[in-house]
Amino acid sequence: MKVLVAVKRVVDYNVKVRAKADGSDVDLNNVKMSINPFCEIAVEEAVRLKEAGTATEVIAVSIGDKACQEQIRTALALGADRGIQVETEGSVEPLVVAKLLKGVVEKEQPQLVILGKQSIDGDNNQTGQMLGALTNMPQGTFASEIAVDGDKLSVTREVDGGLQTLSLNMPAIVTSDLRLNEPRYASLPNIMKAKKKPLDVYSPADLGVEVTTHLTQVSVEPPAERQAGIKVESVDELVDKLKNEAKVI
Amino acid sequence: MSLTFDSARMPNPHMREEHEAWRTQLRRFVDTEIMPYAEQWDEDGHIPIELWPKAAEVGLLGLGYPEAFGGISEGIDSWHNWITNEELARIGVGGIPASLMVHGIGLPPVINWGSEAMKQAVAPSVIAGEKHIALGITEPGGGSDVANLSTTAERDGDHFIVNGSKTYITGGMRANWVSTAVRTGGEGPGGVSMLLIPTDAEGFSRTALDRKQGWWASDTATLYFDNVRVPVENLIGEENKGFLVIMTNFNGERMAMASGMEAMARVCLEEAVAWAQERKTFGKRLADHQVIRHKIAQMKQKLNATQAYVRACYESIESGTPNPGDIAMLKVQASETVEFCAREAMQILGGIGYMRGSRVERIYREVRVNAIGGGSEEIMRDLASRQYGI
Repeated sequence: MKVLVAVKRVVDYNVKVRAKADGSDVDLNNVKMSINPFCEIAVEEAVRLKEAGTATEVIAVSIGDKACQEQIRTALALGADRGIQVETEGSVEPLVVAKLLKGVVEKEQPQLVILGKQSIDGDNNQTGQMLGALTNMPQGTFASEIAVDGDKLSVTREVDGGLQTLSLNMPAIVTSDLRLNEPRYASLPNIMKAKKKPLDVYSPADLGVEVTTHLTQVSVEPPAERQAGIKVESVDELVDKLKNEAKVI
Repeated sequence: MSLTFDSARMPNPHMREEHEAWRTQLRRFVDTEIMPYAEQWDEDGHIPIELWPKAAEVGLLGLGYPEAFGGISEGIDSWHNWITNEELARIGVGGIPASLMVHGIGLPPVINWGSEAMKQAVAPSVIAGEKHIALGITEPGGGSDVANLSTTAERDGDHFIVNGSKTYITGGMRANWVSTAVRTGGEGPGGVSMLLIPTDAEGFSRTALDRKQGWWASDTATLYFDNVRVPVENLIGEENKGFLVIMTNFNGERMAMASGMEAMARVCLEEAVAWAQERKTFGKRLADHQVIRHKIAQMKQKLNATQAYVRACYESIESGTPNPGDIAMLKVQASETVEFCAREAMQILGGIGYMRGSRVERIYREVRVNAIGGGSEEIMRDLASRQYGI
């Protein structure tokens, strides 16, 4: 069974991001970039399937400029077998990403596609679902557990009321939630081995996709700074402030 | 931009993508498996034995050792080493890297000079974190004067009989083997041999040196040899050629200590700057007082100089032309830098820096062991003077 995993290059989760002075975007100058944490979980799950003998090959795909090869290498160091970069410039919208991934799915014919449920930069939570619609494949989103049984895939999903279990026919699409697994550390020997694993580069045209935009980012503003607290003199004053100033009771 | 551990590191054109990948993974490992417990381990005086196999799995223990023994050496260079030394020093508990990585001084004699059988018996289990090896040079009667050590190993058939003791031995309480300097011949350096002594041998005993100024988390020991019988096959290198084995070990140890000290000094800068930007006195931030700003600038100046010097020495190692005198003086440069930065950071932090629980307080306690261990500043200057042919 072939497993395709999508990985995205995003600002590292430890970085305190800042808006650019002109408010056009987040300032990415000299900022540490990493693999999106949900994508890392997706890679880990695919690698575990391979280690369990369920999957035979794990392919990591990323969409972006040359720099995203770094995140593909991270996926390869975690245990993916080979990488694919679809080379694009600037930011691409979820719909375009989904179309490009569909192109890769058609080329590679994986039995299972695992994506992060969302990326921590755009927080769109759309790509997996859109890919499901475009490919007409069944989808199990927000997965906290998956199990392969023949041609069937059992997906446990984290929903508001608790856990929901779906049975999907493969080929299928899964998006990973936080609790699906805890990704391993890529060891130094595996980082060195990853350098030698194959990495193919496609253009959107190779996949028959035209990169278009439907959205315009109007402005990016930092959240309001938190004000210092005050000490109140009495319970009455506290209640009054909660009622009339904070308006929470 | 603020001055942090990462932003205060000057760019290094030798660092490639795989180096940064190693830094990322190692930092993740340190921040998850070590940082949350570091202070407690320091207070406890030891690190849990489970940490070694975990460190082995991530590739930390095998760094630079042959693949045949479970290590990773292909494609590994000085820049991987520098990153490793930095990231472990960033913990701010000197006893953790000292103890966790003590095989870095105990194992190379075996790898570089030991017999094939000895390597097979020792290296794989040490690199897997299952067993431990320490280096035994210093004696109660003398430290840096290696040529005049007095622990004896007398030949008796196919065994040596070892008598004497070793002290300030990092990792000594836990070690399964000690690469030990012994006197097999006459006086002076020409009578010194290196011998691999298993700690389960009869006549071997040890006591913990657990009341130290720094390196609390390290299991430092005094070792005693009372008629310990060691097979002659345990000779590391040739008989009476041990001085060379000891000397070739020093460059790597000093580079590790120097780059670790620079990183600890950088931690002091990071903590001091964060505090100076937050703490308000006399109506303005500490960082707005000229006396504090100048302290910070001077710390950065010394860090820059030390970083450039570390890089120059690693470049000389990469090109196969290391100068032991320059490396010895680098160790002094680094210990003076960490001494200065620990002092200035402590002055900026004030009372809070004096309380147990801050990295600066811990690093302040680690200054002397770094300025003395692995060759004291005085010995380093002396060695360099000789190297420079003064």
